[in-house]
Amino acid sequence: MRNFSKVAALAALAMLAVSAPAMAQSLDQTINEGFANATGWFVNLIFSPFPGTTFPWIVMWLVIAATVFTLYFGFIQFRAFPHSISLVKGDYSDPNDAGEVSHFQALATALSGTVGLGNIAGVAVAVGIGGPGATFWMILAGLMGMASKFTECTLGVKYRNEYDDGTVSGGPMYYMTKGFAERGLPAGKFMAVLFSIFCILGALGGGNMFQANQAHAQISNVVGDYPGWITGLVFAGIVFAVIVGGLKSIAKVTEKVVPIMGVLYVLTALVILIMNYNMIGWAFGEIFVGAFTGAGVAGGMVGALIQGFKRAAFSNEAGVGSAAIAHSAVRTKEPITEGFVSLLEPFIDTVVICTMTALVIIITGQLVSDPNTGLYLLDEGASTIQTVDGNKGVALTSAAFSSAIPFFKYILAIAVILFAFSTMISWSYYGLKAWTFLFGEGQGKELAFKIIFCIFVVIGASASLGPVIDFSDAAIFAMAVVNIVALYFLMPVVKGELDSYLSRLKSGEIKKFH
Amino acid sequence: MSHKIVVGYDGSDSAKAALAFATDLAKAQGGSLVVAHVLEWSPYSFLTPNELEERHKRRGEELERAEAAILAPAVEGLKESGLEIETALKYGGIAATLGEIAKDRGADQVVIGRNGEPGLTSRVFGSVAISLAQAAPVPVTIVP
Repeated sequence: MRNFSKVAALAALAMLAVSAPAMAQSLDQTINEGFANATGWFVNLIFSPFPGTTFPWIVMWLVIAATVFTLYFGFIQFRAFPHSISLVKGDYSDPNDAGEVSHFQALATALSGTVGLGNIAGVAVAVGIGGPGATFWMILAGLMGMASKFTECTLGVKYRNEYDDGTVSGGPMYYMTKGFAERGLPAGKFMAVLFSIFCILGALGGGNMFQANQAHAQISNVVGDYPGWITGLVFAGIVFAVIVGGLKSIAKVTEKVVPIMGVLYVLTALVILIMNYNMIGWAFGEIFVGAFTGAGVAGGMVGALIQGFKRAAFSNEAGVGSAAIAHSAVRTKEPITEGFVSLLEPFIDTVVICTMTALVIIITGQLVSDPNTGLYLLDEGASTIQTVDGNKGVALTSAAFSSAIPFFKYILAIAVILFAFSTMISWSYYGLKAWTFLFGEGQGKELAFKIIFCIFVVIGASASLGPVIDFSDAAIFAMAVVNIVALYFLMPVVKGELDSYLSRLKSGEIKKFH
Repeated sequence: MSHKIVVGYDGSDSAKAALAFATDLAKAQGGSLVVAHVLEWSPYSFLTPNELEERHKRRGEELERAEAAILAPAVEGLKESGLEIETALKYGGIAATLGEIAKDRGADQVVIGRNGEPGLTSRVFGSVAISLAQAAPVPVTIVP
C-alpha cells in the first residue's frame, strides 16, 4: 500500500513535470481527463441506482441511518438541544479543568472543518440541479443528521486512545477496533482498515480537491480566467508550509479569521433577506412546493430530494465519521457530553448556514423560470436549471450575493479561500490520522501522506467541477458506508451512556459549576 | 485574626514590587501570602485539530514551566522572611481568576503590580488592575 502510494505520488509528479512546458490549458485538460478516467468506476459504484430506478442507493443509506438514530434515541436532537447549548457555554465544565480542550473549542474546530465550500458552493449545486425544493430536503437531512453526529461523536470520545505523553487519538478507526472487540463482534479491524482507506480518499477528494477546485473558480471569477494549476501550486505551497513546515502562524490566523468570516457570511445573507423581506414568504413557498412536486426540475421531486440529501451530507458530514476524529480531543469525563455538543454541528452548518445560501440564491432570482408557467427552465441537456448568467457552483452563490451587494463578491472570494484553506487543514489531519492508523506513526510515513495531499491540491484546482465533485462525493459517502455499519452495531453502547447520564442529570449528581 | 494576602505574580518588575509590598504588609500584620500566577486562557478560543490533540500535553508542560520559572523562584526568595507561603497556579482570565483565588483561599486582600503606562490597549480593553478593582470580592491594592 505504501509503495503503491509512492508510485502514485511519483506518477502525479512526473505528469506535472512532463506537461509543464505545454500549453497551460492543455495541462488542465490532461489532468482533468486522466482524473475522470481513473476515478469513474469508483464513482459509478457508489452512486449506482437501485435497479430499475434512478435513485442512488447511497442516498437511501444515509436517510435510513439518520432516521434510525433519530428514532432509537427518541428525537435526541430536539430533546437535548438546550442542554447542548449549556454544555458549550461551559455551564457544566469543572473550573479545575481550565486550560484543557473545552466543549466550545472542540465544536469550533470541528465546525471549521465542515463549514466551508459545501455551504457556499455545494448548496448552489443542489439548488441549481434540484431547484428550491432541494432546500427542504437539505434542512430535513440536516435535522436528522444531528442524531447521526451525536452517535458517532459519543463513540469517538468513548473509545479514543490516550497516550502516556498526554496526546489523544480518536475516531471511527478506534471505535471499530476497540468497540467491536469489547462487544465480542468480529471484523472490527477489517472495518477500521476499510474506513481508513476511504477516509484518506475523502481527505484527498472533498477535503482537498473540491476545495481547491472551487477556490480557483472563485478567484478566476473575480480576477478573470487563468489556468487552474497556478492556483493549485500556490495553495499547495501554503498547505505544504503549514502541514509539513509546521508553520503554525498561518493555521492560527486561519482558525481565528474563519469564524469571523462565517458570522459575516450569515449576517450578510440576513441583510439581503431583510432587504427583500417581502419575498421570504414566496421563497419558502417555492421551497415547499418544489420539495413535493419538483416543479419542472430535472428529475422532479426525486431529483430535488437526492440533491438536498447529497449536499447536506457532503456539507455537515453527519454519519461520515470525520467529526468523530475532531471531537475526540475534548476534556470530559462523560463521552456523551461531546455527543450532545456535536449535534449542534449539523444544525449550525446545514439548518442555518446552508439555508441562508439557498434563500439568497432563490430570492435574488438567479434561477430562470418561464414567465407563463412559473416552471424553471432547464439548460440544454436538461441536467441543470438555467441561471441568469449561466453560473453554477460557487459562481452562482457569488452572483446571488453580488446582485444585492455588489462589492460582496470580493469578501466572498476571501471567505471562500479561507474556508477552503481551513477545511484542507482539517482534512489533512483526518487523512493523516487514517494514514497513521494504517501504516503506523513515523516521520517518513507522515511526510509521504502530506506530500501526496499537496499534489492533490494541484490536481483539484486543475480539473473541472464535474469529475471532482463526483469523486469527492463518492469518497466521502464511502466513509459513511463503513461508519454507519459500525454505528448500528455500537448504538446500544451510546444508549447505555445516554440513559445513565440523563438519570444522573435528573438526580442532581451531575451539577452545574456556573 | 490572621491576614492572608493574594499577590498576583508573573515575575515582572512591577510584580516583584507588589510582592515586596505584600511581604512587608504581611510581616507587619502577622499574616501569610498566596503567590498566585494565572495563565491567560479562554475556553472560547479557536484551535487547530493538531492543537486539540496536544492540548492536554501542552497544558502539563505550561504548568510545569510556570511552576519552575515563576513560582518556585518567588517562593525561594521569600524563604528568609519567615512568612507562611502558599502558591496558586491557574488558567483563566487574569482578573477574574485572581478574584476566585482570593475567595477560595479565604484571603482578605489582593495585591497586584501596575503594568506600565496606560496605553491604547488598556484604554480599549481595560487593564487587569482596573478589572480587578471593579470585580474583586476583597479590597485590592495596586502597587506602582
